[in-house]
Amino acid sequence: MAKCLECDADIILDDTVEEGEIVDCPDCGTEFEVKATSPATLAYAPKEEEDWGE
Amino acid sequence: MNVSILGGSGYVGGELLRLLLSHPRIDVGQVTSESNAGKLVTTVHPNLRKRAHLRFCSITEIKPCDLLFAALPHGSFMKRFPDLRQVAPRVIDLSADFRLRSADAYPEWYGHPHACPDLLQEFVYGLVELRRDAVRRNPYVSGAGCLATAAILGLMPLFARNVVQDFAVTIEAKVGSSAAGNTPSLATHHPERSGAVRSFQATGHRHTAEIAQELGLHGEPKIHFSATAIELVRGVLTTSHLLLREPLDERDIWKIYRETYGDEPFIRIVKDAKGVFRYPEPKLLAGTNFCDIGFERDIRTNRLVVLAALDNLMKGAAGNGVQAMNVMAGWDECLGLEFAGLHPI
Repeated sequence: MAKCLECDADIILDDTVEEGEIVDCPDCGTEFEVKATSPATLAYAPKEEEDWGE
Repeated sequence: MNVSILGGSGYVGGELLRLLLSHPRIDVGQVTSESNAGKLVTTVHPNLRKRAHLRFCSITEIKPCDLLFAALPHGSFMKRFPDLRQVAPRVIDLSADFRLRSADAYPEWYGHPHACPDLLQEFVYGLVELRRDAVRRNPYVSGAGCLATAAILGLMPLFARNVVQDFAVTIEAKVGSSAAGNTPSLATHHPERSGAVRSFQATGHRHTAEIAQELGLHGEPKIHFSATAIELVRGVLTTSHLLLREPLDERDIWKIYRETYGDEPFIRIVKDAKGVFRYPEPKLLAGTNFCDIGFERDIRTNRLVVLAALDNLMKGAAGNGVQAMNVMAGWDECLGLEFAGLHPI
């Protein structure tokens, strides 16, 4: 289990999760990279920039 | 439960009929319409073909039933309620006639005095998320305005926590054409209406009164409300701007909304970091009873923007009425309201 750094929701990590894996928050959808598994440590995943208008 | 509908030929009445016909605990008795008495309800509501075999009747023919829904034009039900209360032990009025607590507010906001001011206090403002216990206990429930419902549900958690600076908020509401009802006018004529982005009530919109009334439970609110008609048939989106009393971070705001609405079946917090629909979008809510709420902080100005979307005929009218009926009857609140919406649409 880890906490979303953005909205504080619980993020359940299954037993097979590995360092470097990308997980996302079930509430706000923010993506995180698993930096460590024991204890679970998350960091913001790199974002793809998007153009939403001019 | 045997239920009848007063004023079943309008858009809200038709939506109500659609919901009640599919409700597992409801038998629809009568549906009234003075202008369509004697006609099949499917003449006016063709989506109900093979589902409804009822004919409209006159309100003068209404018979006793277990619960009476009123979907009459504003100002009509208040004149009839003293007599019609004999027809059913429970009444849900979807017009504005019993929404406001103060009779003095009716001349100001609706342009006429209230016909039975002494009966106003018998009705509960039936926004279920605000008044579930009172709705459960009370035989008479009023619906809420569609724009007001979106604004109130979006803002209430913040006003209740006293995080809004000066209790002041500016609300811009965008609404589809069905909210104007089914009486045609030059303004609704296709060449005039199509493609319009029409500021039809920049100030003085009637729903301002009920927003102030409900948010006023937590302080003296200053409501600045504007409404714009847009190119939609169904749908409401309110965009509310307020300043926070003190800086709150993203997680604080999430916590406020989660604590208020985490267990609510029809409220969803929509603020997604990815995907096409990152914030509440009325298009996805057509035919559903959801109210989707999202927010965004402007950290440079300490401003919070709150977005709330719903279907004006559903959570903004008939759907909320059915939800209130379920609560009054002690049933599962979601009965008859399970539709999840369409995508793509």
